[in-house]
Amino acid sequence: MKLHITQADYDALRAHGEETYPHECCGVMLGHAKDDGNHVAAIVRAGNTRTDSAHNRYNISPIELIKIQREGRKQGLDIVGFYHSHPDHPAMWSSTDFAEAHWFGCCYVITSVDKGKANLTNAFHLSGTTEDDKAFQQEEILITEAVGENA
Amino acid sequence: MKINIPTPLRAFTDKQATVEVNGATVQAGLDALVAAHPELKNHLFTPDGKLRSFVNVYLNDDDVRYLPAAEASAVSADDELTIIPSIAGGRTGRPGVSASRALCCR
Repeated sequence: MKLHITQADYDALRAHGEETYPHECCGVMLGHAKDDGNHVAAIVRAGNTRTDSAHNRYNISPIELIKIQREGRKQGLDIVGFYHSHPDHPAMWSSTDFAEAHWFGCCYVITSVDKGKANLTNAFHLSGTTEDDKAFQQEEILITEAVGENA
Repeated sequence: MKINIPTPLRAFTDKQATVEVNGATVQAGLDALVAAHPELKNHLFTPDGKLRSFVNVYLNDDDVRYLPAAEASAVSADDELTIIPSIAGGRTGRPGVSASRALCCR
């Protein structure tokens, strides 16, 4: 399983983390789930509602998520993942990320932003079907020039 | 009414993104959904029948938890229910270890 994403979307989600530094950015990845992994067709920036602790927490409001999902469906796209940044912290999921992860089958992308500059970007597939058997599996990020390549 | 199913729960609705159900209230609609797709029950509700804390249910654009009648709110055939799991996290907490392999961060 790999995460398929265009260079433009990959660069954009990393740039988002630089823009919101020292706060965490967050956003939604729209696309299609296929046998070889999730294919991203578009990313949508979302607001971080955790203004009380935006340097180390993020939350996307459900109504914003619903509106993104609605717009995606109009284009034939589903939510296939999410991204956020870790300011001055490794691009590794935390116990908080894991506890708050409920979108099975989706990909969670994390970018470390060190002193304002995007560093490492990692992708983790949330496997399992229940809260009891869920697990994050690191997956390769396959950069494509155009949506649908390597499909 | 139409119920929108999020991607992680479509494994339990025969891959359907939306499910049509009959019901006069939000609760009746959810009950009808679970009756049609029993595997959803454990994912939506706690053993004592309450919506799981990370499961949000919206009646059109309104969070059902904050409606005056909550799950007892009346619905019409034109209404839409949307089930949307929460999305949150952050760098607080101890770093995790990938199930497939540990990471070495540069």
